[in-house]
Amino acid sequence: MALINSFPEMVLTTKADAFLNWTRKSSVWWMLFGLACCAIELMQTQGPRADVDRFGAAPRASPRQSDLMVVAGTLTLKMALRTKVLYEQMPEPRYVISMGACASCGGLFHLAYSVCDGVDKVIPVDVYVPGCPPRPEALTEGILKLQEKMMTENWLVRRAAAGARLDAGGAA
Amino acid sequence: MTASDTFERLKARFGERVISVTLEAKDPWILVEPAAIAEVCAYVRDDAELRCDALSNLSGVDYKNEGWIELVYHLYSYEHRHFVILKVRTPRDAAEVPTVERVWKAANWLEREIYDLLGVVFTGHSDLRRLLMPEDWIGYPLRKDFVEPEEYHGISTRRESLLR
Repeated sequence: MALINSFPEMVLTTKADAFLNWTRKSSVWWMLFGLACCAIELMQTQGPRADVDRFGAAPRASPRQSDLMVVAGTLTLKMALRTKVLYEQMPEPRYVISMGACASCGGLFHLAYSVCDGVDKVIPVDVYVPGCPPRPEALTEGILKLQEKMMTENWLVRRAAAGARLDAGGAA
Repeated sequence: MTASDTFERLKARFGERVISVTLEAKDPWILVEPAAIAEVCAYVRDDAELRCDALSNLSGVDYKNEGWIELVYHLYSYEHRHFVILKVRTPRDAAEVPTVERVWKAANWLEREIYDLLGVVFTGHSDLRRLLMPEDWIGYPLRKDFVEPEEYHGISTRRESLLR
């Protein structure tokens, strides 16, 4: 009890990068778009049973407000170009989860004339979630894996290094 | 009304332009001259005995060796509860058939799909654009001699087969 009572006065020390990472990983907002049957599981993941909201992950309607893109479903070549545009509209730092067999490698449809064999041919992917479609638990695991990855990053250090390169006259 | 009755009726009305009937098929079908299909369809819809008010399906088949593309019209009458199945053959290298969009509005997208995947041009269609494939796509994927392009806008369409 003594500890809890003294909590308001406590001072915690941490690295700025670690603190920023902790805030970032606690509000992973993903862009709400689904391509095929995986999108149904994506909706379930967000629903009350799997409830990824408890990890701070929630859907957003706009790529401009999103940190994460969950590519959920079969990516056709026609959609691949649009997916790239959506990805480019997201502010950095941005992440991509490739959900299911189709998004990862074309899956069942990888021989079809209209299907892009894997979203990694168009945009970089951070986490691959296997399954056809993956259960909500699997996608939750994917988001937790992404949070682990976020905690290892050093954005401020990277920015400082890029700034130093700029000062020295090099390319950022 | 049976298929042979329908055939007789169409034959009496359109003569040589209704070519033949195949009765031994599971779904008996009537072969019609491409140029006449729009008129035949309008008649099949409006005739009191036939009254096919619904275009259930319009599909296409590529017969590469025979050299033609076959269009299949599945017509249904809600009043008489019967099907009429019409077929049309058009050469592969100059595939062109009059549209039935003005007979059934539903034909609009069905014809666009066939144009998209088989490359049949529907003359008189109000909006003949690709329906499923990207608008800048080259080739007609459901033709038997279609070769998948190596890449599309820099996206390679090749990936090591997962089955090997």
